[in-house]
Amino acid sequence: MSDTTESGPMLAADGTPLKQSLARALRRQKMRALLLIAPLLIFIVVTFVIPIVSMLFRSVENQIVSHTLPGTVEVLEEWSGTDGDELPPEIVYQNLYIDLFKAAEAKEHTKLGTRLNYEQTGISSLFRTTGRNLDDMGEEWQDPLEDIDEAFEEADFWYSLMSGTGGEELLEERRNQWAALIDEGMAGDIGFTLSGEIAEMLPWTARAYSDFAIYAAIVDEDVVAEEEPWEAVYAALGMDLRSAETLDAIASYSGAGADPLKAAVANIDQLPTITFKEAFADQDEDWLKLENWQAIKVYSPDYTTGYFLNAIDMEKGIEGIQKRPDNQQIYIMLFQRTLIMSLIITFSCILLGYPVAWLLANLPVRSANVLMILVLLPFWTSLLVRTSAWKVLLQQQGVINEILVWLGFVDDANRLILMNNATGTIIAMTHILLPFMILPLYSVMKTIPPSYLRAAKSLGATNWTAFWRVYFPQSVPGIGAGSILVFILAIGYYITPEIVGGTDGVFISNRIAYHISSSLNWGLAAALGTILLAVVLLLYWLYDRIVGIDNVKLGG
Amino acid sequence: MKLTKTLLASTALTVAAGAVAADGHMANDMTLVSWGGAYQQSQINAYTDPYTEMNPGVTVTWDESSAEAVAKLRAMNEAGNITWDVVDVVAADALRLCDEGLAMEIDPDEHLAPAPDGTSAEDDFGDLLVGDCFIPQIVYSTTFGYRTDMVPEGVEAPNDICDVFDLETYPGMRSLEKRPINNVEWALLCDGVAKEDVYDVLSTEEGQEQALAKLDTIKDSVIWWSAGADTPQLLADGEVFIGSTYNGRLFSAIEEQGQPIGMMWDAQVFDLDGWIIPEGLSDERLARAMDFIYFATDTQRLADQAKWISYGPARASSAPLVGDHADLGIAMAPHMPTDPNNSKNTFLYNYEFWADYRDDIDAKFQSWLAQ
Repeated sequence: MSDTTESGPMLAADGTPLKQSLARALRRQKMRALLLIAPLLIFIVVTFVIPIVSMLFRSVENQIVSHTLPGTVEVLEEWSGTDGDELPPEIVYQNLYIDLFKAAEAKEHTKLGTRLNYEQTGISSLFRTTGRNLDDMGEEWQDPLEDIDEAFEEADFWYSLMSGTGGEELLEERRNQWAALIDEGMAGDIGFTLSGEIAEMLPWTARAYSDFAIYAAIVDEDVVAEEEPWEAVYAALGMDLRSAETLDAIASYSGAGADPLKAAVANIDQLPTITFKEAFADQDEDWLKLENWQAIKVYSPDYTTGYFLNAIDMEKGIEGIQKRPDNQQIYIMLFQRTLIMSLIITFSCILLGYPVAWLLANLPVRSANVLMILVLLPFWTSLLVRTSAWKVLLQQQGVINEILVWLGFVDDANRLILMNNATGTIIAMTHILLPFMILPLYSVMKTIPPSYLRAAKSLGATNWTAFWRVYFPQSVPGIGAGSILVFILAIGYYITPEIVGGTDGVFISNRIAYHISSSLNWGLAAALGTILLAVVLLLYWLYDRIVGIDNVKLGG
Repeated sequence: MKLTKTLLASTALTVAAGAVAADGHMANDMTLVSWGGAYQQSQINAYTDPYTEMNPGVTVTWDESSAEAVAKLRAMNEAGNITWDVVDVVAADALRLCDEGLAMEIDPDEHLAPAPDGTSAEDDFGDLLVGDCFIPQIVYSTTFGYRTDMVPEGVEAPNDICDVFDLETYPGMRSLEKRPINNVEWALLCDGVAKEDVYDVLSTEEGQEQALAKLDTIKDSVIWWSAGADTPQLLADGEVFIGSTYNGRLFSAIEEQGQPIGMMWDAQVFDLDGWIIPEGLSDERLARAMDFIYFATDTQRLADQAKWISYGPARASSAPLVGDHADLGIAMAPHMPTDPNNSKNTFLYNYEFWADYRDDIDAKFQSWLAQ
């Protein structure tokens, strides 16, 4: 406190400058306030904000492709996919075999199949059926190799061939890929270290064997040295033996397992000559389908705009963004319908709710209470019961039609179609949301002194002028609050449109529900949900700009 | 987390095989998931009541969530907290749960009881073992019911699937399910496509358009349902003349409620319903689930279920044991979708096809519906 001089700042009782002391006191107060609301804040963040954000995040998330097929995705980058109908090169199919074998061992390949099937029909069964036959594909190499030299049957041979030092980097890379694939830290000792020399000489085999070793040791909890490797390792050796460099390297190799390797080279004519592209095509012709490869390539990045594009009736193609075919467009139309119908419902609620609220506010207390109960009674009834009751009323053989036919207003043969269409949704939802309009209106009207109206009239206003110029402007905040409540509730409504909406009375939320619970396309559901949320926020902002949120009152 | 789950499951599998006989460390609480209503009641009567009688310490809790089972299991799996032990789902859902790694693989011969004559479980269930995780329980069918009192005079009651598309002979509303599955097959069948070619045609763009064009001819006369109870209700109210739904629902409307409804079995589509066991149960719970499954899917138990509901047992060896309805006393065999009189012309739900084409055709179907 060196600056505490006569002319210096004012001092508090304890000698600190007043400014500082005040700031400290205020800070303490703020902290206390923060602490008081902390439980609520934490509760909201943990149970509301985090789940919603993480759900919405799914709308861009797409790591599943690169996690399941890491090698394939990497080499697929070289392939443009737009050069006429040229299929990816052999190296892509080789990588695919290694990746897919691994994924099938961990039963992850069908998940990717489901994911890609959203974009390209048929991939789901392509992955499923191929996944079942990867063993057989590998045996094409395994059997002749074992015929050439029995050592290939032995776990021991493989272990001593692959073991050594210098291959740590590759092993670590494969470990990370496993961890990404099965969402799990794959840390731990696997009792195997890869030889750098082998990794250089037999690159495919080294990768396949590392994959096998990591999985065997950590997931299966086996001893790597005692396990016969996967069929994929034999197929990988087959890949290596096709490279001239590898053949040269084997000729001058003298380490562990050199003899069987040399025997394999000597009898190379006994190994299958089929390419992996052909081998995959033998399993399923669809592996030669350009569209499938384009879909894999387009959806290989970790994050994608694909779901959002789908949500606005567009799609991501190999040549960029394009419109979906006309016969698959639906979401824009549903968004529009949801907005328009929510507006109609809001206006119907204002029209019906305003007089009721006025009565509530102006009747003598006794009768107002009875009316209030009548308003609240349906509010307390289960939503499903109310919707089902509307079903009974509105259907063609229902109460309303029966009465109209009985009264002779409607011909028996041409009964009104009041539900399973937009009319049904509007009628039922207006009724269900009416209390949300009436209650804010009532609480605002309650505060408007009746003397204002009397004063206006005594000054010569007609009934209408008195209402329109004096009463109505004062009730606008109630309309604003009621409208926001009703509109925002309506826009996300799901169960009532589902039951009485038929086909042209359903909302976007019904499609969101379908994608969440039926098609399991959570990414698309999240994208639709995010757009819906953005639209609501935008409208709220517009409302604030035009009407002003200060003009909204929920109570006196 | 997933790793530990896989580990648990694989070790638990070995434990379970022994535990079935040993009755060692089995959990005493079990949560079963089913569809509610008459169907769940038939399961309570045929499976869980006798099971809890045999194992007095066991409490069974039911959750009526089968309709959302796939989504809920996925959510549970992501949260790492599986609260269900045995889940009743349709075969298509079982296939998807299996694909997603959410259901456990089952080896029928190892985990399920052989038939009384010694036939292995695998042979006894035969073709009905769809996918690697599914334990079939019943065969049900999606078929049509019509109002007998609304058949126009002088016309035969509908007995051909194409009568559904014939608005001239059979005027009135129809109710169809609000999804493409079954509807597009029926449409093609009535548009001159041979039964064996239906899926080949449907896998082409033109074929899908052809099916929707055929459905377009009756679109204005269709009420689209999404819950199995809708069609029986619509029929009972006289809202529709003919409508598709599950055969068991029609059975109860006709036989139990005495509604003037007739069955039209032509081109009924067989589908399967059965159990799956979620991936990731603890050893004890898994042992209990396995024990229950072994009991509840044996020949006698499956035949017993048919006393309360008109769905065909999934085991070949159960069929001869199907008796009379427990309350009504009528013979159940003629009401089974698998009865020779009813199954002259049938379809079997094509799981592989729909697993691939579901998203694609559904998008087109929904867009067509909205037009």
